[in-house]
Amino acid sequence: MRADADVDASRPSGPDGLVMGKDGLAALVDVLIRRGFTPVGPTVREGAIVLAELGSADELPYGWGVELEAGRYRLRERADGAAFAHAAGPQSWKPFLHPPRVREWTADRVAGELVVTAERVAPPRYAFLGVRPCDLRAIAVQDRVLTGGAYRDPGYAGRRSGALLIVVECTEPGATCFCVSMGTGPATGPGYDLVMTEVVDADRHRFWVRSGSREGAEILAELPARPADPETRRTARAGVAAAADRMGRSMPETDLRELMARTLDAPRWDDVAGRCLTCGNCTMVCPTCFCTTTEDVTDLTGDHAERWSLWDSCFDLDFSNLHGGPVRASARSRYRQWLTHKLGTWYDQFGSSGCVGCGRCIVWCPVGIDITEEAAALHDWTRSGQPTPEPS
Amino acid sequence: MATRPGPPTDPRPTLAVWKFASCDGCQLTLLDCEDELLGLTERVRIDHFLEMTPVEGAGRERARLQGRGPYDLSLVEGSITTAEDIGRIRHIRRMSRYLVTIGACATAGGIQALRNFADVEDFLAAVYAQPRYIATLSTSTPISAHVPVDFELRGCPIDRRQLIEVVTAYLAGRAPRISGQSVCFECKRRGTTCVTVAHGTPCLGPVTHAGCGALCPVYGRGCYGCFGPSDQPDLPSMVAQLRRDGMSERDIQRVFRTFNAASPEYAPVPDLAAEDRRGPPPA
Repeated sequence: MRADADVDASRPSGPDGLVMGKDGLAALVDVLIRRGFTPVGPTVREGAIVLAELGSADELPYGWGVELEAGRYRLRERADGAAFAHAAGPQSWKPFLHPPRVREWTADRVAGELVVTAERVAPPRYAFLGVRPCDLRAIAVQDRVLTGGAYRDPGYAGRRSGALLIVVECTEPGATCFCVSMGTGPATGPGYDLVMTEVVDADRHRFWVRSGSREGAEILAELPARPADPETRRTARAGVAAAADRMGRSMPETDLRELMARTLDAPRWDDVAGRCLTCGNCTMVCPTCFCTTTEDVTDLTGDHAERWSLWDSCFDLDFSNLHGGPVRASARSRYRQWLTHKLGTWYDQFGSSGCVGCGRCIVWCPVGIDITEEAAALHDWTRSGQPTPEPS
Repeated sequence: MATRPGPPTDPRPTLAVWKFASCDGCQLTLLDCEDELLGLTERVRIDHFLEMTPVEGAGRERARLQGRGPYDLSLVEGSITTAEDIGRIRHIRRMSRYLVTIGACATAGGIQALRNFADVEDFLAAVYAQPRYIATLSTSTPISAHVPVDFELRGCPIDRRQLIEVVTAYLAGRAPRISGQSVCFECKRRGTTCVTVAHGTPCLGPVTHAGCGALCPVYGRGCYGCFGPSDQPDLPSMVAQLRRDGMSERDIQRVFRTFNAASPEYAPVPDLAAEDRRGPPPA
């Protein structure tokens, strides 16, 4: 969204919002397409609820939920026909805003002269439908990393500035969710264009919708919605509040940043290194992990070269490869680097935690390593009379 | 760049393709480079390639098994399984400025290295009516066990794009851009849903060398490791996970006993797979 000083004035419905039925969701996707957006939202593919371009609201995962555990993800049918009663899937919105492969520039030798051409592709205007509050925070974290410092990523900035964010508050957390611990959900924080809360009663399926930006308000004004009744608002708020009590996981109640700094020598790092495959899956599914590497490619003629940026991971040996070999050669050092950055030194670098509590790294780790379990084990170690050196 | 006294008007470096014990699939990958093949022949002179032509050299003479040489870049397919092979690979090494092995046979010994875990005399007696006509070594070994190798390209068969990259890198005088990371990296970059986590399908992706583009998981199958081990594969954790995904000790042993069976990284697998039956090793 863009910052609008007069957001309230642009709201057609006041702070109480509007309520609409399933037909409103169908109309929303149509309106997005008519306004030139590329709608992206959840849909069932390959036995999972993935994020993909939507041609219509019919492609939403009505009647599908998920069962999550460490290293395990299964679809399951829901009798209530809800569209958004599922926790985080295999991807976040990261592949759309910060794609796995991006061409930066091309170079050609033309009549003996080197001509370098920067990549200029107008990004699509995405409308993300069904952003969870944890993922909304993750986008804000990546905004800070990729556009908030001295080194802006103009490609990211271009994709991000055009994106419309439609949040759906969380009423169905998974067994691997811990957004409450990280302070990111299940109710939404700021930064959305529209926010919806899904309510499914015995015979009524409806959405409580509020706008958070001028563009969101304009879109909402085009939908078949009416002022929200107090009963719908109350039920929606209760559903979100109940979700907060149904988190499957939690972080130890301690200063995680300090915990990371005090446990660099804990034996637990050897324990987790014995299970970690260093396959990099956790970093790839993490909605905030942002690292990229650069590859220069040439073609057979030697007259054409391209520079690509692609997702990298601190679990890859090459990631820390300097003269003489990798700095972090052991699995222990690589896992520790990831966790201490995510929960600790991210504060020093970017002023916040790098973890939003979505639980994807737990679910999509093939061997089921659990970030909350590892943090809890480190916390237990500090409380068991072990030496706890002051952070240097 | 050319090192041979060829026609002075032809500045192209020379390329040779060699075959040892193998199925020819990796050599064929070169001919499968349809869009790039004409461009390639403008940049290199294919001097010796029996799969493609019975003649060799600038003079188009009848090709010899040993080649006429010398060559700037030799691509070597297949493993060493006979005494003659050993002499021939040494000869090829001497004639080649750069020697690159292509595929699992040349790089790890291939499926035929299953003989390394059994008695080859038993196989000969079981298969051949007259075993005395067969002269073979008791092992199948990679090219690097016999001569220095400049680069090893993985896969059964190799990936076409990786082959072009190696030849392109050689022509540009730079290192090939080929990563030793796991298949999981390629799988996630493609946006494929993990078949192990979402479907419970056993998959060797976390310990397998990237390069195929995560071809099997894209089609909903588990990786079976045809590119061999990645950098620093964690076999104990992988074997434990395969067991959790329902594989028996025999299944686990067999899934690692394929095209890269003789990879040294896989050596602990039989003991790891047997741990459940025997219990953990004594402390």
